[in-house]
Amino acid sequence: MKKKEMIAMLLAGGQGSRLGVLTNSKAKPAVSFGGKYRFIDFPMSNCINSGVDTVGVLTQYQPLLLNRHIGIGIPWDLDRSSGGVTILAPHMKGEHGEWYSGTANAIYQNIEFIEEYDPDYILILAGDHIYKMDYSKMLDFHKQKNCDATIAVREVPLEEADRFGIMNCNPDDSIYEFDEKPKNPKSNLASMGLYIFTWKKLREALVADYRDHDNSDFGKHIIPRMLGENQVVFAYRFNDYWKDVGTIESYWMANMELIKTLPDFNLYDDFWKIYTDSEHQSPQYTGPEADVRASLLADGCEIYGAVYNSVLGADTFVGEGTVIRDSIIMEGGHIGKNSRIERAIIDEQCAIGDNVVIGEGDNIPNNLKPKIYDTGITVVAEHAVVPDGVTIGKNCVIAGVSSLDEYTDNRLCSGGSIIHEPGANNS
Amino acid sequence: MRAIGIILAGGNNERLGELTEMRATSALPVGSCYRALDFPLSNMSNSGLDKVAVITQYNSRSLHDHLSSAKWWDLGRKQGGLFIFSPYLSSKSSFWFRGTADSIYQNITYLKRSNETYVIIASGNAVYKMDYNDLVNYHIRKDADVSIVYRHANDGDDLRQYGVMEFDAFDRLTDLEEKPLEPQSDFISMGIYVIQRTMLIKLLEAIQAEERYDLVKDVFIRYRKKLRIYGYRFDGYWNSLNSIKSYYDCNMDFLRKDIRDLFTKTTPYIATKPKDEPPGKYNSGAMAKGALIGSGSIINGYVGNSVLFRKVFTGDNSSIRNSIVMEGSYIGNNCVVEHAILDKEVILSDGKQVIGTPEHPVIIAKSTVL
Repeated sequence: MKKKEMIAMLLAGGQGSRLGVLTNSKAKPAVSFGGKYRFIDFPMSNCINSGVDTVGVLTQYQPLLLNRHIGIGIPWDLDRSSGGVTILAPHMKGEHGEWYSGTANAIYQNIEFIEEYDPDYILILAGDHIYKMDYSKMLDFHKQKNCDATIAVREVPLEEADRFGIMNCNPDDSIYEFDEKPKNPKSNLASMGLYIFTWKKLREALVADYRDHDNSDFGKHIIPRMLGENQVVFAYRFNDYWKDVGTIESYWMANMELIKTLPDFNLYDDFWKIYTDSEHQSPQYTGPEADVRASLLADGCEIYGAVYNSVLGADTFVGEGTVIRDSIIMEGGHIGKNSRIERAIIDEQCAIGDNVVIGEGDNIPNNLKPKIYDTGITVVAEHAVVPDGVTIGKNCVIAGVSSLDEYTDNRLCSGGSIIHEPGANNS
Repeated sequence: MRAIGIILAGGNNERLGELTEMRATSALPVGSCYRALDFPLSNMSNSGLDKVAVITQYNSRSLHDHLSSAKWWDLGRKQGGLFIFSPYLSSKSSFWFRGTADSIYQNITYLKRSNETYVIIASGNAVYKMDYNDLVNYHIRKDADVSIVYRHANDGDDLRQYGVMEFDAFDRLTDLEEKPLEPQSDFISMGIYVIQRTMLIKLLEAIQAEERYDLVKDVFIRYRKKLRIYGYRFDGYWNSLNSIKSYYDCNMDFLRKDIRDLFTKTTPYIATKPKDEPPGKYNSGAMAKGALIGSGSIINGYVGNSVLFRKVFTGDNSSIRNSIVMEGSYIGNNCVVEHAILDKEVILSDGKQVIGTPEHPVIIAKSTVL
């Protein structure tokens, strides 16, 4: 196998449970974003744009959609005869199998894959952040400082620092201490979960740590171990746009921010494109009576109603007389006639009937998961069906095919849930 | 598959004026995201052909760019796949293709090195969706030497621009006239043929020896009595982009739901080279009514009954009506565009007006700055 200077390992196995039903049947990195993308498109595109042409994608939770999306890497030009993209799933070894039990454990279990490319450096990426970053610059920094490990960090407000892994640095940005969610933070430099290691050093640490922890984790174990051994670990400051879209509210917000006339995150950059796999290339059609303003529409949308301040995924249909406001509708959505949808997230391939109202009522947190759905946003899970003529409140959750008799007086009050497990018979 | 494909993409057409000054007719942008060649090429791939040759000649740069990779049409193969043939120099000859038959003859090794029974030949500049398997099955059923796809001309079609065909009661060709002065029927050739590969090789070698070079004139017309030539009727949507009017109409046809659904919502889809543009962005002053808009476009003003390709920018208070605006064009603030075709990368500075008539849309050439 041809030697590679640096290869990337992308941790894409996470569930992202704070995204509620959006990750019921897909891994968090596969969640749609900005009309036509999925979270994983951002680190994947950053890789190819940075000249990193060998990427291992580690999957574990609900990998089906992710596997199909990545395929052999064609959209990212990662279909290569040497390198390219490889999906790395947990597998049987000897008599029994082993799940990926921690971020570092997942890399440990793929040492053989990495060694095939004999890399000098290894880039560890997460699959659930929205940003554009030139990893080759971070590698230059890593080499220039003679680092054993480089950790990408960003400044966060000090009062929020207790939610992050905080790097305590010397004046030259070398790290002397790692504080996981400190009560009294000494610094405001938060780890982005993005690392470059000198592979030889990481390999030693992974092997040693595997003996001590069976759930070896970069933040909890590997970085403290390397610091304890006085290895050279530097913080690499990154202050451009970077979004952790881990909650319903932050997910909704990050989508809405793209709508601004001059958004903070520019998708219209010719020289740092974000690539994605899309079945649809076709244009968007707006009917003679349509009214689309302050919105993003992906390929193949067909709009006959009104769409304001919303993000619509590919191949979405909006019927006559319908008004959609402050909402996200993902790929393949079909919204009937004369409906009114406000502050909703409608996942892929949903069918919403005629004369449906979503988002009406008081802001009462969800009855099942009040901590996840409490900001007024109603969420409809993928492949859900909402019948004609129903009114749905705020913070509601609908999953699966809902039928009219499940709505008391044609109504689902704020905070209510109608959840059918995938595949359940609910006729 | 039983057949290999050949797409004749070398043609140019003076009736398209500035639109084809810098590009082959097959490279004409159509329907907001396609080029004309995407239609026959996707049809071939969707019909299960594993081996397709595209023969280019005039202004082939944009075609070569479009075909830089064959994987979008699922033709990036180790066995077979996509072949692109352009005229070349050799120690013995240094001429351009002298006709359609000659352009295939110059690449006759493509035919000789295949072992599929049939060859499907299609022109590269028509917008339609066809399963060529139906055509090959018909060809076999009729025990034909050549089958030619034809259609009944539409009202208003100028028959003198087409190959006009006459048939007997069994659909066998009795006469074929190319661009006749006095057309004898309403049946026009669509420029799509199926023929046995070995027979095509023999015919091409025979006419080459007589210094004849045209597929229609020197093979089909000259051999019309000698060969069993049959017509295969096709009644679906078809536009051959043979005039500015038909080019304009074809794009406007994509505003019709049935046409749009045929090409973009019904599998198999027509494939094209992806450009990875972000979603279309409609700002607060946007008003798009009866409009087709390509990805990566940013809309501020009014767009009505128009087709915008990818990455078009329209400024505040601008209005675009009954027009076609190709990829990468920039329309400033307070502009008026009516009955116009703006080629790629046209820039209209603030306040400019481009107004044509329904009969004669104004054409603004590629990369013009106004």
